[in-house]
Amino acid sequence: MIAIRKFYYGDYGESKNGTADISSSNKTKNEWPLWEVFIRSKQGLDHKHAGSLHAADAAMAIENARDVYTRRMEGLSIWVVESKYIHASNPDDADALYDPANDKAYRHPTFYNLPDAVKHM
Amino acid sequence: MEKNLETIFQDKIDNEIKIEPKDWMPEKYRQTLIRQISQHAHSEIVGMLPEGNWITRAPSLRRKAILIAKVQDEAGHGLYLYSAAETLGISRDEMYDQLHTGKAKYSSIFNYPTLTWADIGAIGWLVDGAAILNQIPLCRTSFGPYARAMVRVCKEESFHQRQGFELLLTLSKGTEQQKAMCQDAINRWWWPSLMMFGPSDDASPNTAQSMQWKIKRFTNDELRQKFVDMIAEQVKVLNMTLPDKDLKWNAETKHYDFGKINWEEFWQVISGNGPCNKQRLDTRKKAWADGAWVREAASAYAEKKAAKQSMHAA
Repeated sequence: MIAIRKFYYGDYGESKNGTADISSSNKTKNEWPLWEVFIRSKQGLDHKHAGSLHAADAAMAIENARDVYTRRMEGLSIWVVESKYIHASNPDDADALYDPANDKAYRHPTFYNLPDAVKHM
Repeated sequence: MEKNLETIFQDKIDNEIKIEPKDWMPEKYRQTLIRQISQHAHSEIVGMLPEGNWITRAPSLRRKAILIAKVQDEAGHGLYLYSAAETLGISRDEMYDQLHTGKAKYSSIFNYPTLTWADIGAIGWLVDGAAILNQIPLCRTSFGPYARAMVRVCKEESFHQRQGFELLLTLSKGTEQQKAMCQDAINRWWWPSLMMFGPSDDASPNTAQSMQWKIKRFTNDELRQKFVDMIAEQVKVLNMTLPDKDLKWNAETKHYDFGKINWEEFWQVISGNGPCNKQRLDTRKKAWADGAWVREAASAYAEKKAAKQSMHAA
């Protein structure tokens, strides 16, 4: 049996702990691709992940995102990207990736004790 | 190793750390969530049908615009939830398939007919009111995508309940016929709304495990009691009554006592023998089949456009 993969957001390739593997794509052969939706809620703010949806192409994905995610003025700008193009870090690597930051308290301003007489710093 | 992963998983849950799609999770947790989220999604989608019935017959343009907005919201809620379920490894088509073949359940309430305009008010007030009580704790459910979807749903749901109550309030101040229509709708929707919370705790096999995994935060009976206490007060504002002769305030428990639920009816409706089960599923299946050419045409168009683009690039 060949494992055919379907991509979900945050998917990161083969892993024994992955939950998004399914062994057959028969059931999805007619499905429109999955898109991730990012919305800027206000001029000056970042686009933020809002959710996902299915659409045949990018134009339809933006139209659907307008209907599904911005019915109450939640957005002024929409980005869509096909979910299969998103690459993500593996949670199994979390220790190796993020632990080294833990013991570098000197990167924070509160690490430095200065006399109260010093103002505006 | 397996035990270790499971301990880490339960530790996260106990410490209120959300589980995300890529994290390790017990297979049973995944399956429980797929079942619960997809059934929830199906309920939103099928839930459009009883109300959609009345869009063309709404008594004013104002009511019509409100009802269209509400039904559109339900579609949106279904889509948020389907997406959340998809992060667990089930495809949209599989879920549709489960709904259309009758393998998946949806809320039993939507198998009751909407006979009069007052039913639209009763659905908003009672059915959405019951749904909100279920959904608010789900905003803190342990699976991240489900919790995020529920936050969005809850934000939108509040208007649904308020418009329903306002609709009934208007009827309750109307002519004798309008008042009677209002009372009749309440009479028919009250008991099915109570059943929406699901079987009582001792007959609900999934509750204990779901509580430990913090998928559920309150038991069915706890939420049902909360609902009764809430509605028993609100109905007074409408000058209407609830169809339960055993309903009365219990000063000792500080809750309303209420009559026995007809669980036989609940199981009958759940297993396909409700007044509208067949009609609802047939409508869904027809909509899906009628839309097939649209889905195919859009895919074909996208493919053609992509092919043209790669030709230009070459």
